Amino acid sequence: MKLVIERRDTSSTLMRFAAPVASIFVALAFAGFLLLAAGINPLEAYREILIEAVGSTYGLSETLVKATPLILAGLGVSIAFRMQIWNIGAEGQIYIGAMGATWVALFSGLENHWMLMITMFSAAFICGGLWAGVAGFLRARWSVNEVIVTLLMNYIAILLVDYLVYGPWRDPQGFNFPLTAQFADAARFASFFDTRLHSGFFLALVFALLLYLFMERTVWGYQIKVIGSNPQAARYAGMRTGQAVFWVLFLSGAIAGVAGFSEVAGLQYRLQHGLSPGYGYTAIIIAWLARRSAIGVVIVSLLMGILLVGGDSLQMLWQLPIAFVYAFQGLILFFLLGSDFFIQYRLKLIRGIRHG
Amino acid sequence: MVEILLDATVRAGTPILFATLGAILNERAGIINLGIEGLMLIGALAGFAGTFYSGSLLIGVLCAFIAAFVAGSIHALITVPLRGNQIVSGLALTMFGIGVTALFGRGMVGETIVGLERIALPGLSQLPIVGRALFQQDLLIYISFILVFLIWFFLYRTRIGLGLRTVGENPAAADTCGISVSLYRFLAVTTGAGLVGIGGAYLSLAMTPMWIENMSAGRGWIAVALVIFSGWSSHRAMLGAYLFGGITAMQLRFQAIGTDISTHILQMLPYIFTILVLVVSTIRLQKGSSQQPQGLGQPYDREDRK
Repeated sequence: MKLVIERRDTSSTLMRFAAPVASIFVALAFAGFLLLAAGINPLEAYREILIEAVGSTYGLSETLVKATPLILAGLGVSIAFRMQIWNIGAEGQIYIGAMGATWVALFSGLENHWMLMITMFSAAFICGGLWAGVAGFLRARWSVNEVIVTLLMNYIAILLVDYLVYGPWRDPQGFNFPLTAQFADAARFASFFDTRLHSGFFLALVFALLLYLFMERTVWGYQIKVIGSNPQAARYAGMRTGQAVFWVLFLSGAIAGVAGFSEVAGLQYRLQHGLSPGYGYTAIIIAWLARRSAIGVVIVSLLMGILLVGGDSLQMLWQLPIAFVYAFQGLILFFLLGSDFFIQYRLKLIRGIRHG
Repeated sequence: MVEILLDATVRAGTPILFATLGAILNERAGIINLGIEGLMLIGALAGFAGTFYSGSLLIGVLCAFIAAFVAGSIHALITVPLRGNQIVSGLALTMFGIGVTALFGRGMVGETIVGLERIALPGLSQLPIVGRALFQQDLLIYISFILVFLIWFFLYRTRIGLGLRTVGENPAAADTCGISVSLYRFLAVTTGAGLVGIGGAYLSLAMTPMWIENMSAGRGWIAVALVIFSGWSSHRAMLGAYLFGGITAMQLRFQAIGTDISTHILQMLPYIFTILVLVVSTIRLQKGSSQQPQGLGQPYDREDRK
């Protein structure tokens, strides 16, 4: 008997959807060993995560709060993925979006709630879009690698926000903390049920629906998919791939920018140092796990929300660094990539031929 | 003044030089590795912990190499035999590295070691201007000089090096010649990762002899960009790493003498500079003055051979 690798004639649909689920569980098991090695009982840790994140109404609301920026940023990243464009810069775009919204909230002089909401939204959308658009332009004009540009711009974005909150925008009454003054009530989202759950979550759901319709029901969405799966055919069909690259990165960054708007208007009510603990990086995993589908992004974001809420409480309980969540996310991706192999290939047991 | 700046340039450039050389080995074999940032952190922590527990810097450097080698083999496993997406696998490696080092580095925060010491080469270190920067450095810097030469020699003057380049340029042709594409790729990725790990160890053993969470601060990504600048050649990698080191040295100098410019703005300079360098070198690439390995980023499956 012999085990051989054989290519499948058609890729396996079962594996396409089973792989992400399986990889999450295998990663959980594997991360357990890491925790054990670091002197933490993994079963207790996982129980704690579940109790904290879904064991109470408050925990559930916190999970939705964490899922909000993840859904938005995940949608942003996934739309670029559709065109085989890698936006690794959602983290920076969240910061820049938050910066745009904050400028409107603090310095525009607007007082009407809806006027403020619309202007803050637009500012975040445009700022995030232009920030990612830089990489889009460079990629479209000179084929500059967008992975590196979007990633490096994260560092610049975070430093830019730091510059503002440590410098010109710092709250004079803020006891020298790196943050701006609080927004007026008119510049804040409504929150619900005496929890921190805010309108941003519903905004994120609306975006998921809009993006689904955009991808499945419009010519632009169709173009994005064609360019993503076969750029040459797209060019022969007369599609302007260069322009499409710019606009898809613009849109991708704009949606991540809205995540920044939602964070400052719905949760933090000010711009501050470290306003996102890496939502933009988690968004990349979400987009990949969700197989780039808008509905998938919402589901995976909720799962990651559980992980983040649980991670926060582990940090408080056992001083477990929140960055551990990254290790876990990296593991999920490793196992997903590994199991993706079985979409195209299968292992086959071949019986030895008996001679004589 | 110029002497001090040059010295700081070399020291700031060295971790990036190691990382870029490691990344070049990866890409020469046709495998993109975006896990450099994570590998640097793994190297930095392993190097520090190894030195801390053994009391020997040499063992520390060895630990850094081995740890990054092992972590790199995850990327190699996924991208070579399993033919997974190289970009996602590299990103996963970076995230894994950030997380794992934060977890296991908890016990190392605040600990101290005696860092690498400078060794003055007799005679040469007295040279004006460059003496201090080039010949009064620590052992890892001297090793990096030799490594630049060794990698050039390996790629262009040895049979295995030729095989490696063929695997990166045209895996099908290499396969036809009886070269094991999988083996070459696997070893190039892991060995390259080990070098990146030493770059990380330079941060925690020489530049600031301590462990700080996320201490690589984007240097791994700068190395990824410098690979393109280098045109996949080791001596241009050296140029790129020192260019970057120079910017960092000047930025630190500005901060030290005190200017009106905010430190946050000054800290942006290396990143902005790297993007500019990337744009310029990509344009050069298109004009044909340098060329990337033709098989870069493509998994190889004998059944696809045309």
